[in-house]
Amino acid sequence: MADVFDKVKEIIVDKLEVEEAQVTMEASFKDDLEADSLDVVELVMELEDEFDMEIADEEAEKINTVGDAVNYINSTQS
Amino acid sequence: MLEGKNALVTGASRGIGRAIALELARQGANVAVNFAGSEDKAQSVVEEIEQMGVQSVKIQANVADENDTKAMVKEVVNQFGSVDILVNNAGINRDNLLMRMKEDEFDQVIETNLKGVFQCTKAVSRQMMKQKSGRIINVSSVVGVSGNAGQANYTAAKAGVIGLTKSTAKEFASRNILVNAVAPGFISTDMTDALTDEQKDGMLSMIPLEKLGQPEDVARVVRFLASEDANYITGQTINIDGGMVM
Repeated sequence: MADVFDKVKEIIVDKLEVEEAQVTMEASFKDDLEADSLDVVELVMELEDEFDMEIADEEAEKINTVGDAVNYINSTQS
Repeated sequence: MLEGKNALVTGASRGIGRAIALELARQGANVAVNFAGSEDKAQSVVEEIEQMGVQSVKIQANVADENDTKAMVKEVVNQFGSVDILVNNAGINRDNLLMRMKEDEFDQVIETNLKGVFQCTKAVSRQMMKQKSGRIINVSSVVGVSGNAGQANYTAAKAGVIGLTKSTAKEFASRNILVNAVAPGFISTDMTDALTDEQKDGMLSMIPLEKLGQPEDVARVVRFLASEDANYITGQTINIDGGMVM
């Protein structure tokens, strides 16, 4: 669990150029991390590569917060 | 001019697509030659390109099919390492007066000429976003701007390509992916050879330069749009038509 969060955080910090402290489970990509729609699409692509998985468009659309992404990844990895 | 760049040209086995593939290769790009049915012709384009000292590969794919286009882009990346330039050229025509046009004739042309551009663009978008650079050049047609009796399906698709070009240009601009269209007029190819002399004379009378264009006339503009010289151009449609539509 912690591993996934740390990895996701690392990618978000790198992609969105935000401070680590900003990346909490509750943080919304668009509202708190100032990502636009294309940033989120790109982020999902990056996560797919990192965790070697495919996130269907319907699932990707539901990812609004850092927690959504972490929980989704955890649900597929178990 | 395009040394080290990797290009994918759809419908590149003949006509305008073939001329574009050869021109990009002549400028130093490696070129993947997509084709639907004409494998022998695609193979001879590949051989011609290889003689220029760059890499080439032929890839069969239906541009309107999601799985085909995904697999095609994957193969280009496997072969060349990236896709820097996509030229959406593949197209068909099923001309008929609107009153006689079958639903099937309408659908087929929209499918290949418009949806095909969407599918191929979507298929390369992931790769180009990662690269944070790319050029997409869509081959529309001047009749998509002006309209043409007997080509309701074709002109609708080609006008659609212009709208698609503009929206894609806006979506991808922040990632340094430039998207433009060319709108050829009356170009001498198999498609225009099929016209009657009467039809040809009618077209010529509308062209201020009083001659047909050659596939190479289109290819050189595509090469320009693919090059560093076009760094500040996106979302545009350039007519290559001897002045037919102004």
